[in-house]
Amino acid sequence: MTPALLTRWLLLGEWHSHRLQSIVAVLAIMLGVALGFTIHLINTAAVTEFSTATRSLSGTSDLTVRAVRTTFDESLYPALMHHTGVAQASPVLEITAGVPAKTKTMHNPVLTILGLDVFRAAAVTPDLIGVPAEDKRMDTLADDAVFLSPAAMEWFAVKQGDSIEVSTGAKQVKLRVAGGLTRVHAGQRIAVMDIGAAQWRFDQIGRLSRIELKLQQGVDHHAFRATLDKELGPSFLLTESEDDDIRARNMSRAYRVNLNILALVALFTGAFLIFSGQVLSTIRRRSQLALLRVLGMTRRQLLRQLLLESGSLGILGSLLGLALGYLLAATALHHLGADLGAGFFPGLEPRLHPDPLAALFYFLLGTGVTIAGSLLPAWEAAHTHPAPALKSGSEYTVLAALRAPRLAAVCLLAGILFSGLPPVNDLPVFGYLAVVLLLVGSMAALPYLCGLFFSALSHALNPGRSGVLTVLAVTRLSNASGLAAVALGGILVSFSLMVAMAIMVASFRISVDDWLTRVLPADLYLHSTIHQDMRGFIRDEQQAIAGIPAVERTDFIRSIPLTLDPARPNITLLARPIDENNPGLILPLTGVALSPGDIPPDTIPIWASEAMVDLYGYQTGMRVTLPFADPAQSFIVAGIWRDYGRMFGAVQMQLSDYRNLTGDDHISDAALWLKKGAVTDTVIASLKALPFGNTLEIMETGRVRAVALKQFDRSFAVTYLLELVAIGVGLMGVAASFSAQTLTRVREFGMLRHIGFSKRQIYRMLTLEGGLLSGFGIAAGFLLGTGISLILIFIINPQSFHWSMQLHMPWTWLLLMALAVLGAAATTAFSASRRAASGNVIRAVREDW
Amino acid sequence: MRNLFIFWIVSGWLAVQGMATSAPPALAPVVPGKILEFPDDFGAHNDFRIEWWYVTGWLETPAGKPLGFQITFFRTATRADRDNPSHFSPQQLIIAHVALSDPAIGRLQHDQKIARAGFDLAYARTGNTDVKLDDWSFVREADGHYRTHIRAENFTLDFTLTPAQPLMQQGENGFSRKGPEPEQASYYYSEPHLQITGTIRRQGEDMPVTGTAWLDHEWSSALLDANAQGWDWIGASLADGAALMAFQIRGKDGSKIRAHAALRDAAGHIQTFTPDQVSFHPIRTWHSARTQADYPVATRVRTGKIEWLITPLMDDQELDARTSAGAVYWEGAVTLTRDGEPAGHGYMELTGYVQPLSM
Repeated sequence: MTPALLTRWLLLGEWHSHRLQSIVAVLAIMLGVALGFTIHLINTAAVTEFSTATRSLSGTSDLTVRAVRTTFDESLYPALMHHTGVAQASPVLEITAGVPAKTKTMHNPVLTILGLDVFRAAAVTPDLIGVPAEDKRMDTLADDAVFLSPAAMEWFAVKQGDSIEVSTGAKQVKLRVAGGLTRVHAGQRIAVMDIGAAQWRFDQIGRLSRIELKLQQGVDHHAFRATLDKELGPSFLLTESEDDDIRARNMSRAYRVNLNILALVALFTGAFLIFSGQVLSTIRRRSQLALLRVLGMTRRQLLRQLLLESGSLGILGSLLGLALGYLLAATALHHLGADLGAGFFPGLEPRLHPDPLAALFYFLLGTGVTIAGSLLPAWEAAHTHPAPALKSGSEYTVLAALRAPRLAAVCLLAGILFSGLPPVNDLPVFGYLAVVLLLVGSMAALPYLCGLFFSALSHALNPGRSGVLTVLAVTRLSNASGLAAVALGGILVSFSLMVAMAIMVASFRISVDDWLTRVLPADLYLHSTIHQDMRGFIRDEQQAIAGIPAVERTDFIRSIPLTLDPARPNITLLARPIDENNPGLILPLTGVALSPGDIPPDTIPIWASEAMVDLYGYQTGMRVTLPFADPAQSFIVAGIWRDYGRMFGAVQMQLSDYRNLTGDDHISDAALWLKKGAVTDTVIASLKALPFGNTLEIMETGRVRAVALKQFDRSFAVTYLLELVAIGVGLMGVAASFSAQTLTRVREFGMLRHIGFSKRQIYRMLTLEGGLLSGFGIAAGFLLGTGISLILIFIINPQSFHWSMQLHMPWTWLLLMALAVLGAAATTAFSASRRAASGNVIRAVREDW
Repeated sequence: MRNLFIFWIVSGWLAVQGMATSAPPALAPVVPGKILEFPDDFGAHNDFRIEWWYVTGWLETPAGKPLGFQITFFRTATRADRDNPSHFSPQQLIIAHVALSDPAIGRLQHDQKIARAGFDLAYARTGNTDVKLDDWSFVREADGHYRTHIRAENFTLDFTLTPAQPLMQQGENGFSRKGPEPEQASYYYSEPHLQITGTIRRQGEDMPVTGTAWLDHEWSSALLDANAQGWDWIGASLADGAALMAFQIRGKDGSKIRAHAALRDAAGHIQTFTPDQVSFHPIRTWHSARTQADYPVATRVRTGKIEWLITPLMDDQELDARTSAGAVYWEGAVTLTRDGEPAGHGYMELTGYVQPLSM
């Protein structure tokens, strides 16, 4: 017999006898690898797409000048053209237009229209120059013509010569499709038109969004940038294409990292399953393995054999995971988009790029984790002395090796310490490490705690009054706690993760729900086709809205994006009427806000969201500059409010202050309070009957809430899925480890039958054992899960998303889960014991040769 | 009569029209009998569709070597809606072109620019000649001197042009017919014998030059007949102080649609020639490998009884701007003989040899 044949026999034998356990382990590894790989693929596609898209918008520009606000005065353009060192300056007006025809099928349908001066753009962004019809070459200058990228053509389902209808605020603009943008980045949904026409058509006379600069040859870019930065002052920003890449990465970072952590959790679960499976398998096969050693197999060969067993599961799981990951990524990109529905990258259709390096990484990770999981039991099995191992009862020496109270203490302590550390590079690295350490520590402490608990229980039991079965079960658990703990580990890990997720999601959802109640006090909300519209509603339109009969009060809100840091996504400035004596009426404040008396007369109060505290260091009472108005004005942070809507940061200020500073009297949103007895539908009908009624998006507060909660659930869809999988994996783990464990005790049951126990009594004893054990596991899992949920709620969430939430315990749900797991565990123990104890008494005893 | 950026000049008018509701801006017609008024007519005429200031001339380097040059500024009105209050509204386009003929290089070195008028970056001002496109400019000062500064890709020109002779109004007192229809005409005056002093900077080195230039200023709203294929033109500041201008407009069938010539002697007497007195006879053609066009680079021109023999400073003075502006033509320094005797230097323009021009 060749060694290869032996290896194969042993592998297949093990696989056949423990199919379920092997399948579960493979599934877990597959899921972890798939999830990690999917997230990596999607994110790479999105970031690559976003950077290539932004790069193609900047063409060969050396430097991009933009402002803190979305637009600035065009007088900068000739000034820059005359600036020393500038070879060419290409002015750009970027219009974010709404597409009313798309409101039925998508949220916030945006079309980016670039207003360009073709003569200037030719030198900097030649790819953005439209290709007109042969006989209409001058369409590049026409004031009704627009050029669409292939993706935009497809989106509108139009061709050259057709027309499209877009909107800016309450104004609708019809444009003729004069041609295409053939060299634009594939999948990018943009349009280009003449800059003069864009200024006119979209009410942006005198405004520019950015100026692309080409520097003269030999000009030192860094020195030029530094000089210009100083000259332009804080209300302007200078960026190069690298800054856009950083911005893209920052945009998706928190989201991406959190999903990656979920992938790691799945991998961890898989590794744990492999570990527990391998422990049980080596215990069960202890005499078999010792026999192989006696027959001449070396330690090295045995170790290799055992590692190969789990390694092959890892390889299989990883390969399946890579395939599934690629499939998932393709599906998710197709259906949800690059941001998985979070709305960070509108107007992009990223394509999946095969990434062999990443595939290799995730393959090695999956396989590595599996091998790591089986290393300890395999090493122990290979290094034990074969002679004692052939004897019955020697398995308990294995478990002695697994007892590591010191390791447990160190892990738990480090976990608690880590949970207090600040984020690294904006990411809650220590928070996650704390979770992992708590999990590992708890598992390491489990045999010890289990023994402690059950020996205390057996001492407390009165043998006279308790039944003999109870005494037997408890005594067994208190003495062989190591073996029990292995089964327990599976319950602990899966149940604690379930509990943690359930508490976190419930707390988050209830906090969001409360928050929505606070931030949506009015009856009706309306905005134009898209959010943060550049034009929004002008004075006349505002009066028309406020003049609707049956409307008691109207609050107008101006919402504009601000770029405070070009490497970070935009923040939102919300200007609205705020009662300075009681800002909490409108804002969900998290702490004590400044009263009007505390606000120095030379400053203007603003109220900042929690993200501003984390990202920009804002504190109540701090003086800050928001360079969106000229001359720069000093502001004071008058309070901090909670914001689940804008994780990149938002500030609110008085609408009157905003208007005084900027002269911008347009508004983006309106909140309407209806008179008592007014019928909502009638009011909506009169709004729709306004001349600009068909550009209005009107939402009842109830619907806003419903939509918001739907979005919430959608973004947690992955979490729900993972929770379900965790439950499944946990239960299957329970089943697998219980059947494995009872099988190792066949001899014990034979002995019990021998001294007069009936089969029923043995089943009952085992069921009781299973119930007690999983009860303990569930209790421990509950404690650990609650601890983890606290870390998730109070450390990881605020650090990655920059918002806080309140703790809410979903008791009913937790109780149901506990009962379900308990019931499933007891049932599993029962059915496993039936199989184990149903054999021939004599044979069972004889097995102890 | 000049051609450059044909595509923009032609279609500039034809196609920049937005909403069907807005009427195109009204253009001024060219009518006979108008008295040109100076200095106003030195400046831009924004009500006319197209206008150009065109300087050509011969230069002499310190080493005594000849160079030819051409500097052109075009203004063209578009049909852009005059109601658009945007400063970017492309109501007037400014186009400029520069070329240098150096026999040592053997082909043209040239550069071009185009921009919409606005923001004081590009403009053609009224009142006196003052045109600018970024860092290219051509300005007439109060004393009649012209100053031009052109920073091209491969060279920089800085010239002062000093008038030595009075203006030469072409056609009938500046009314120059270009086709069979009376409205196919332009206002057209020339300034021959402009004395050049200045520098050419090439490869970082300044070289002082002197020379003689010819300036054309022409504006019109309708120019070419639908049947026109192109034109041949010459303008020469002759050695004896005389000035010669001659052109013919060729039809698509090779026929002569219109021709005209004027010869002013040193004393200022002008002799004009009717269409049938002016004829162009190719002697030698040069084949362009770039465009496959054949240009009659050596030509015999008859004006009445006088026979002019025209030979190029170098053959390859073709300007291929198809990638940017869509125009291909031959514009070059030439030497003239009058009835066999050396007469002086000038410039010749040959258009419509690759595809028909419509203006």
